[in-house]
Amino acid sequence: MKLETNGVLALLQYMSENATTLLGLTLEHIIMVLLGLALALLVGVPLGVLSAKHERLASVILSAANILQVIPSLALLALLMMFLGLGFKTIVVGLFCYSLLPIIRNTYVGLKEIDPHINEAGKGLGMSNWQLLVKVQLPLSLPFLMAGFRIAAVIAIGVATLAPLIGGDGLGREIYAGLNMRNSLKIYAGAIPAALLAIIADVALGKLQSKLKNKHNKPQPEQKQLPLTEQDKAMTA
Amino acid sequence: MIEFKAVNKTYDDGHQVLKNLNLKINEGEITVLIGPSGCGKTTTMKLINRLIAPSSGEINIHHENIAAIDPIKLRRKIGYVIQNIGLFPHMTIAQNIGVVPRLLKWDKERINARVDELLTLVGLDPHIYRNRYPSELSGGQQQRVGVVRALAANPDLILMDEPFSALDPISREQLQDELVRLQQEIKTSIVFVTHDMDEAIKIADTIVIMKDGEIVQSGAPEHILRHPANDFVKSFIGAKRMQALQMQMEPIVDDVMVENPATTYPSRGLAYAVKLMEKRKVDSLLVVDKNNKLLGSVSIYQVLDQYKDETKLVADVMKPIQYAVSSGTTLTAALNMMNEHQLSNVPVIKGKHEFVGLITKGSMVSYMTDLYAVDAVGGESHAVH
Ligand SMILES: Nc1ncnc2c1ncn2[C@@H]1O[C@H](COP(=O)(O)OP(=O)(O)OP(=O)(O)O)[C@@H](O)[C@H]1O
Ligand SMILES: [Mg+2]
Repeated sequence: MKLETNGVLALLQYMSENATTLLGLTLEHIIMVLLGLALALLVGVPLGVLSAKHERLASVILSAANILQVIPSLALLALLMMFLGLGFKTIVVGLFCYSLLPIIRNTYVGLKEIDPHINEAGKGLGMSNWQLLVKVQLPLSLPFLMAGFRIAAVIAIGVATLAPLIGGDGLGREIYAGLNMRNSLKIYAGAIPAALLAIIADVALGKLQSKLKNKHNKPQPEQKQLPLTEQDKAMTA
Repeated sequence: MIEFKAVNKTYDDGHQVLKNLNLKINEGEITVLIGPSGCGKTTTMKLINRLIAPSSGEINIHHENIAAIDPIKLRRKIGYVIQNIGLFPHMTIAQNIGVVPRLLKWDKERINARVDELLTLVGLDPHIYRNRYPSELSGGQQQRVGVVRALAANPDLILMDEPFSALDPISREQLQDELVRLQQEIKTSIVFVTHDMDEAIKIADTIVIMKDGEIVQSGAPEHILRHPANDFVKSFIGAKRMQALQMQMEPIVDDVMVENPATTYPSRGLAYAVKLMEKRKVDSLLVVDKNNKLLGSVSIYQVLDQYKDETKLVADVMKPIQYAVSSGTTLTAALNMMNEHQLSNVPVIKGKHEFVGLITKGSMVSYMTDLYAVDAVGGESHAVH
């Protein structure tokens, strides 16, 4: 008991002494993740839309994203490194690859879930395909997209801890340094903020998601969170 | 204004839903499409705003083939109330109603004013409902919003697919009245789909009855009620309504005619004719053959003129019939004919010449006495012209 208390105190002391470094690493971690996610949104949403509009393309696009997703993270990062070299750029591309599937898939599902009568009403009232997409379909699939984004964010925060292996930074640097030096304080100081980041992202985005969902629905019992699929879990592990 | 020319529609699964549809929809009228589920009403409607393309044939609006019109422009000019309401759940009621005006780039104030006007029109207080979401409205209220959304941009054609189906009978009647009033005011053309014959009769200028992708009969409600084309239409109208209608119908000659007036064969002698007239207390006889074919008539004057000649037969003195009415003719028409040609009576025939009865002044008097006797008991007034 006493030892544990000492341990926590020591950790807190270590963390406060190295606060600037740790905050810097956290910030870097967040930036990598955000860039990866932003890229994934930029590419994933259009691909999701394309899949929803063309069933044939859907199977191609979704399987491709799926393949990307099942490559073990370390292996993927190593492969990317061979093409892109070491560094920040490579890890962002890696995060992008991992975030892609949940975003494409959820955009696709969200669009497919829309009551066909709603689409018909939009068309019948004289909306162009683009107007229908922007004014009706995307807003309606937003809760789904949000769920995908949330999964992607949690995965990306996890995968980003591998960054130092390919010359990136972030909280992973502290963890690997700790591993190398067999310094458990360093390991904790890197791992705990990384875990907190993932939890905070999950909770915050979860809140946002249910807010979106309830905005135009009657008050209803708390929506079940979209559970992570087995695969998603494996990825975050 | 809308014309379907030999339109066929076969869906991808090979199911032929519309079969050689020819239909004219008049400008400024309410045209009601009615028929059993699956007969192709919605399909017909969606052809008009190009949500569905015909497999063959063409559809013209104002003599312009719609296949040549940009579908998006076309649809913005046509109000559309879809069968399943189809409000956008992420938009407020005001935003839903304002969809088409926004597409048409009306300015904000104009849209707001229009939204409030329309909500008021269907009995929804704008202050309460403007900012609600569709899920916060009852089914009936949603349906009203669906209807006014179609009216928003003052289209000159509105398609309504079972727009009142989710309403309770009272609001339904109200909205029907409202629709008819509105239509008379703004003179829009409305194509309206329903399952409900009462609704059709109430609001339609023209009813189009469909079955299995074909038009069984179309015409004014009055016409369809009086002259249902076949048993299908009759069953659709319903026995009850047919009976009720019969009560109010204008009498036809068959109701009024004497069914066994004095007749003679042409081969009879003149003495017989006189005797018959005396017995039946009439001054003329109708001449028919053994098949009841009407050949002519003889009056007492013609008979007496030739009476001395014992060899003469009825056939020698009779005159051909100049005026006759067909069974089923209205009494008014028969009366007009009698007045115009100064006839004291007029025979009723079926088919080409089969004699069935005779309208005389006496028969009319007795018909009317019957009628008023019924009236005195029933207290209902019947239309007699
Ligand atoms: N997209 C489609 N593909 C194949 N068949 C269709 C399609 N849409 C409609 N049908 C079929 O066409 C027929 C007519 O459909 P339609 O919707 O026009 O009927 P309706 O008269 O409006 O019926 P209801 O009164 O039930 O609305 C039905 O048998 C229906 O199953
Ligand atoms: Mg229908």
